[in-house]
Amino acid sequence: MSLTKQQVQHVATLARLELEDGEVDDVVKKLSRIVDFVDQLQAVSTDDVLPMAHPLHMSQRLRADDVTEPDQRDFVQQNAPSTEKGYYLVPKVIE
Amino acid sequence: MHRQTLRGLYDGLSRGDFSSRELTEALLGRIEAHGATLNAFITVTAESALLQADLADKARANGTGGPLNGLPIVHKDLFCTKGVLTTCGSKILGDFVSPYDATVVQRMADAGAVMLGKTNMDEFAMGSSNETSFYGPVTNPWNTKLSPGGSSGGSAAAVAARLVPAATGTDTGGSIRQPAALTGIVGLKPTYGRVSRYGMVAFASSLDQAGVITRSAEDAALLLGVMAGLDKRDSTSADHPVPDYVAGLSKPVKGLKIGVVRQHFDEGLDASCAERVRASLAALEDAGASLVEIDLPSIGLSVPTYYVVAPAECSSNLSRFDGVRFGHRCGDPEDLSDLYCRSRGEGFGAEVKRRIMTGTYVLSAGYYDAYYLKAQKVRQLISRDFKNAFEKVDVIAGPTAPTTAFAIGEKTDDPITMYLNDIYTIGANLAGLPGISVPCGFADGLPVGLQLVGPHFAEETILACAHQYQQLTDWHTEGPEDFA
Repeated sequence: MSLTKQQVQHVATLARLELEDGEVDDVVKKLSRIVDFVDQLQAVSTDDVLPMAHPLHMSQRLRADDVTEPDQRDFVQQNAPSTEKGYYLVPKVIE
Repeated sequence: MHRQTLRGLYDGLSRGDFSSRELTEALLGRIEAHGATLNAFITVTAESALLQADLADKARANGTGGPLNGLPIVHKDLFCTKGVLTTCGSKILGDFVSPYDATVVQRMADAGAVMLGKTNMDEFAMGSSNETSFYGPVTNPWNTKLSPGGSSGGSAAAVAARLVPAATGTDTGGSIRQPAALTGIVGLKPTYGRVSRYGMVAFASSLDQAGVITRSAEDAALLLGVMAGLDKRDSTSADHPVPDYVAGLSKPVKGLKIGVVRQHFDEGLDASCAERVRASLAALEDAGASLVEIDLPSIGLSVPTYYVVAPAECSSNLSRFDGVRFGHRCGDPEDLSDLYCRSRGEGFGAEVKRRIMTGTYVLSAGYYDAYYLKAQKVRQLISRDFKNAFEKVDVIAGPTAPTTAFAIGEKTDDPITMYLNDIYTIGANLAGLPGISVPCGFADGLPVGLQLVGPHFAEETILACAHQYQQLTDWHTEGPEDFA
């Protein structure tokens, strides 16, 4: 196994994913398998090769900073789990 | 009616053989009759479809209908549809009603298409068998114990079973072409940026591309003409002219130089599939094309490269699902961190979690250079291989998938076995190239796909080659008997 349980738990924390106790062993096994598989890239010689940034080597198109979309806050917030007066509600962050 | 292609239906509507309403009702009836067996749909929009059909009939009477007026279409449940549930195959979007239409959906509707529903898919398009969907696996109409492939499996099953003539799909590593091959139909993935990604739930933004699933190359050409083109709402959509793809179909294959990749016929390819693909290449050669053996030296690295780049982009894109603004929220969160972790832990399925974690790992401190940067360099090598090849040939032809359809549950134990399904399709995504899969025969009664890949923006070339192949053969007219 190339990854330990601790490493996997750390990655899960970074990714803000809660893993159930029953899930962890399977995740360690399968994630290790994936990491071992992609490790074959390490053997490839890539000296002087530039990393690819865009499939078509295009650069980012810019637009004028104009208001182009109408306000749809109420409509958009219909999908929110909890809102009040146009704000999104979350548990208290600062005591 | 249900056996006709879009082209046939358009002609039938124009002649007045039937109305859009009659056509829509007939297909909704088939969806109702077979939907449960295939599990191809997450949402059926019968009511709005009939309204759209009536409008299309009126427009036809007034002579104002668009190029798809009254023609039925279904969308992969990854495209946002205003006022309609858009789940992306996930529990986390189980209640999400999109406030806007994806550009693809909008352009099809503007052209007069009638949307019949939203199709099932692997969760967030992460899968090659449709088994990762929260809404259950889709079955293959050729044998319902088998997978239709994925991730656009619902779209492929619906078209293959003649429930609808055409569907949209998305292709990040083969998600249009592989299910099309496994269900005996046509799947087109355009050049990166050819079609707007606005309103597509993002998986891997440098690889994702929208395309179509149809029964003929001609229908794919018709739909691409409507979908393609610059969109101000997608800054990566290409500012490149959109040719008349249907007019381009008549270009003969005589003189076409077809590259055959040595590495594509290695041990990984099932022998009976190889035989079918070689026979289809011979048919194209008989029609005047020349076959040229070529090498893509780095192509063998495409799957591991993809499984660094795609999860990295996915881990970043899927950070938006936080249980705050939309999507699933866990019950009684203790604090903000608990809200994030449990909402995501409960909302995402196992494969999506694996990909997010793989991506988080390869981007994390100390691993970024070794994995992510390395993979982007190898991606450059793969891309260069294709560029060099296209200096010698017009298209590259080979198998779409290494085997025919496999059993549901057969490949779920080992992620790598599943990932290798896309061994022949992933290269085109990494290099941003257009690809199409066309049915090229059967192995043990199951469909085999021929893949054609072209240079950037050469959709005309691969569509014409696919269309000409469909004039020489009639594999694409064969359908599964149980859904005749």
